[in-house]
Amino acid sequence: MNPDLVVHGAEWTVKELFVYPNEFIYWSIQIVMYPYMTGLVAGAFVLSSLYHVFGQKDLKEIAQFSLVFSLALLPVAAVPLLLHLQQPMRAIEPLLTPHFTSAIAAFGIVFSTYALIVVSEIWFVYRQYFVEQVHALAKQPGIGNAMRRLVYRALTMGAYEVGDKAIATDHKAAKILAAIGIPVACFLHGYAGFIFGSVKANALWMSPLMPVIFIMSAVVSGIALCMLTYIVIMEWQAFRNRRRGGVHKASEIRGAETEVISKATRYLLGFLIAAISLEILDLIFRGYTAMKSWDILRSVMYGKDFINIFVLQYTLGNLVPFVLLMLPKPTIRRTVVALILVLFGVFMMRWNVVIGGQAFSLSFSGYMHYHLPIIPHSVETFKEGLFGALSVLALPFVLFWIINKFVPSLRRDADTG
Amino acid sequence: MSCSRRDFLKQSVASVAAAAMPAATFVLLTPEEANAMVEESVRRWIFLVDTEKCTGCGLCVKACKIENEIPYDAPVSRTWVERYVVTKDGQTHIDSPNAGRDGFTTGAIRGEEIDPENIEKAFFVPKLCNQCDNPPCVQVCPVGATYQTEDGVVLVDQKWCIGCGYCIMACPYGVRFFNPVTKTAEKCNFCYHRISKGKEAACVQACPFDARRMGDLKDPNDPVTQIVMTERVQVLKDEYGTKPQVFYLGLDEKVR
Amino acid sequence: MKNHVLRPLWLAIAVVAAVLIAREFLVPEDFGVHGDSFTYNFYRLGNVQEWKDFQVKYQGRERCARCHEEQSENNAASMHAIIQCENCHGPGVDHPKKIKKLLIDGSRELCLRCHQKLAYPSSQRSALPGIDGETHKKKKECRKCHDPHLPDLEDA
Repeated sequence: MNPDLVVHGAEWTVKELFVYPNEFIYWSIQIVMYPYMTGLVAGAFVLSSLYHVFGQKDLKEIAQFSLVFSLALLPVAAVPLLLHLQQPMRAIEPLLTPHFTSAIAAFGIVFSTYALIVVSEIWFVYRQYFVEQVHALAKQPGIGNAMRRLVYRALTMGAYEVGDKAIATDHKAAKILAAIGIPVACFLHGYAGFIFGSVKANALWMSPLMPVIFIMSAVVSGIALCMLTYIVIMEWQAFRNRRRGGVHKASEIRGAETEVISKATRYLLGFLIAAISLEILDLIFRGYTAMKSWDILRSVMYGKDFINIFVLQYTLGNLVPFVLLMLPKPTIRRTVVALILVLFGVFMMRWNVVIGGQAFSLSFSGYMHYHLPIIPHSVETFKEGLFGALSVLALPFVLFWIINKFVPSLRRDADTG
Repeated sequence: MSCSRRDFLKQSVASVAAAAMPAATFVLLTPEEANAMVEESVRRWIFLVDTEKCTGCGLCVKACKIENEIPYDAPVSRTWVERYVVTKDGQTHIDSPNAGRDGFTTGAIRGEEIDPENIEKAFFVPKLCNQCDNPPCVQVCPVGATYQTEDGVVLVDQKWCIGCGYCIMACPYGVRFFNPVTKTAEKCNFCYHRISKGKEAACVQACPFDARRMGDLKDPNDPVTQIVMTERVQVLKDEYGTKPQVFYLGLDEKVR
Repeated sequence: MKNHVLRPLWLAIAVVAAVLIAREFLVPEDFGVHGDSFTYNFYRLGNVQEWKDFQVKYQGRERCARCHEEQSENNAASMHAIIQCENCHGPGVDHPKKIKKLLIDGSRELCLRCHQKLAYPSSQRSALPGIDGETHKKKKECRKCHDPHLPDLEDA
């Protein structure tokens, strides 16, 4: 087909009844991924702050891990936006000429601020380790070690002081940054909710509750992902150790810790309850006030998207894991199933907001159906298709693997504040 | 055609049509055109759609697409014409095949024939950018790539637009889309290149029935302004607080 | 002891400085608030002129009449006087300089835009003389029998 005739959105939109000619599902899978990934970042950070700020000691292990994992997630939160832009080469412009009446304009600034906070906090937490590595690697021969030493030297930023006083200062700074980080993380994500909630043209999106709902479900998904990754990695290490005959240090063989998991589960449930309550409140309010848009919203929610909203999101993604986690005598396996369902539920919530908000025409007289491109046949159908989304999902794990080589968040003997 | 005949024709037509012009002037200038050159920037462009006069011929859409270089066969358009058929059972059937580009040459709506006996009322409604006084699309642009000019028209800077689509989402009227050639946001701009040269917008010129007209709200003697001021006009989706500057005569309650 | 706590802050300042320097080079000079409001008037001023310079395609019937006197006069006296020449002949922008002869759209579909009968009460469409395109001389171009320039004089 002549490329001049390929209209953005037309490839995955099917219209039903009357839809304005220019209406298509312009915000597709990557805009589902964007709040999902930002949510994970924010949630992971909040989980780590529970330990650093509020001194939840039993969360210490997962907190270290969450902090580093949130750094791995951070760049990935911006990737969906880049993949979605029609002019990705101009992506720097929101920093050059920010038009602050737009919710998107602040993205670069909020995002960079948050990134600096996370990076700084990690620096304070791990600086002592970096310095130790620089000294330790000095005695080891080989070009690989020399290279590693060079990286660690850069990571110390020239601060080699590791006396008690200096370390105490580090801990204090990390704590302060963690405290500042919580509102910034919430802002980063709440503002992703604001991007949607403030669109008055969209009957489904426009709601002052949107940012709050986004924050709550963000924390839910962030905690869930951190717990899940933590369990998987720990169990994998334990499994590997058992196969090797368990010659390693006892502390590395244990696998996931039950106390850590049960404590994190309680926070997860708390935020989950808050998220669901707000969503239900929003729904009840829309039905009760029954504004002009309610007819079409109802037909989408209770009809076209019923499975997506009530079966996949609320039942499978919220209710089932809720019951699984509340059942007495929790096991690791059951927790893993519940966590996967929670993550799926939050993803469906993002899907139902972003795609659901475009499931009906602005004329309120027709519908649009989204068909996710699976087999890509062009750059666009790759970027905004299944494989683009999967790439985004896989990226944080790759980054974490790399970062973890230098910042060992999973070592139990690493002494951190 | 020979040169001499052309020159002769030019002069004869010019002398008839523009007696007020200096004889030496080669280019034809209507009073409106002359006006455009003298006082720029003190206008507020407005648009008047008379739905009673529209016959759904779609010549406006055709002219618009060609004039503004929107790929002719792409399913998007800066302006479009909707058909509303209200049947006796109270149902409203709405369509706009190809944005109305080829007119409405069949009574069927989405392949479904409607018995003429069964029709309560039916009419056509042209749509275009409302050049709102409070344009929500401009408010949400993160980089200042869309803006309101001093004469009230909302333009898109195709060299600065990042293609995020936020403006498309923010418009309650669905007038914006991505231009498949430039990959930037695209919308009706009242044919800004034409109106600032004193010409009518392409759709206005193409309409045989005067269903589309344009005027200057700041000129009290402007015929369109007088209609907007003295007659009962309506705007689309008033409830969004966008203050549209496209006014409608004979707008039905069914129009979305 | 030098206070190492401030090192990340230097990093932050370096990032901000980099953005500010980049702005100096990358933001066009005429970018700014040109009007009363930051909300609606924040833009690159040069773009207004770029739009004004966009090429005009449709010239209007007055220009056509300068050469095509006979057809214009005929048409002006007929019911089709309300129709612009370029609606059927296409935009005259490059004619006659680059395009010698404009393509004439003589298709039935063009005529049917108005003359396909649609019995719509309360619409001007039903007031136009109309036929059913499906049954009325289906294979023939309308202009074989009707002169588009003098449609109402043909009966004579």
